[in-house]
Amino acid sequence: MSTTTNDHGHGHDPNRPKHLAHHFESLGQQFDSGKLGIWVFLLTEVLFFSALFVAYTMYRSNYPEVFQYASQFLDTKMGAINTVVLLLSSFTFAWAVRNAMLGEKSKLMLNLLITLVCAGGFMGIKYVEYSHKFHEGTLWGGNESTIFKADPADVPAEMKEHSSAWNNTDGKYSVAVKDLDPAFRQKVGVFFGVYFCLTGLHGIHVMIGMILIVWLLLRTRRGDFGPTNFNAIDFGALYWHLVDLIWIFLFPLLYLIT
Amino acid sequence: MSDHTHDSGEEHIGHVLPLSLLVKVFGGLVLLTGLTVYTGTMDLHGFDLPVAMVIATCKASLVCLFFMHLKYDKPFIGMIFLLSVLFVGLFLAFVTHDAGQYQGDIQAYTSEHLGGE
Repeated sequence: MSTTTNDHGHGHDPNRPKHLAHHFESLGQQFDSGKLGIWVFLLTEVLFFSALFVAYTMYRSNYPEVFQYASQFLDTKMGAINTVVLLLSSFTFAWAVRNAMLGEKSKLMLNLLITLVCAGGFMGIKYVEYSHKFHEGTLWGGNESTIFKADPADVPAEMKEHSSAWNNTDGKYSVAVKDLDPAFRQKVGVFFGVYFCLTGLHGIHVMIGMILIVWLLLRTRRGDFGPTNFNAIDFGALYWHLVDLIWIFLFPLLYLIT
Repeated sequence: MSDHTHDSGEEHIGHVLPLSLLVKVFGGLVLLTGLTVYTGTMDLHGFDLPVAMVIATCKASLVCLFFMHLKYDKPFIGMIFLLSVLFVGLFLAFVTHDAGQYQGDIQAYTSEHLGGE
């Protein structure tokens, strides 16, 4: 290994773009290598999520009636709004890639910002949905405050008092949870276990995406990106689209069971 | 974008998508979302899940082909993605097949030995 760091290849070609890493021949090769890398990463992401989708399939095929019953506790309107919010963010991120390729810095900033706001909106709606479930006790089986216990004596008293899912106060649900067959009631928690795992893991991905977008915004402001250097924007967008892709399947699988 | 211009000093990388195309894809995705919510409220006599999955797959294809520009990338990239889908399919097929084989035995065992249902 050479110890003379000042002439190991960087300074030789004055026309060499400064964002072209020394181990690449050309910008095209650098872009293609990065693209291959991010796609292989996305492949692992698909497989990572597939374990939960398989768990979903198993539980749904074993307890179809539980899934059918439990799905009514999810708010379809909120889920649909969140789907559109996420699709909008995917659109603005795809637009941002176009902006970066064309060197439109201010539009790029704006589109990244809208994407970030949409991501925040998605998490906000998710937060409202989650807190409603904690309030109602529509939680996974192992949770202390869940209303899905075989023995009603195990259900916390305050839940029995205020949970509208337990009492079916407004007649919104097909059957009140308190009137369910005990063995059936216990299994409804399985649906919420699957729901929280899938949407929770997806939510973590949204939050990672938000950190990524902030990083891209800072780099855009610094003037890092242009027609020959937009790799980070493009690859960030690919990750974001995958997060959108997973939600496209989660929404009908969880919210739209009739 | 017309054909790539090589040897013109500055190297051209990537493929710029026209904004009108992005808008159309987004519009299509929103329409399909509306459709899946609409079909979700109907009783399709056992076809609810297949219909929802067909719509979701259409949406996913739009995202992959245009937003993720697989349509304009080297086929190898698309192949990587399809490979992941193929392996998810294998995973699902084997697990459901296995469950179909043994689920009855498990249920019988639990009711006999554990007093379950």
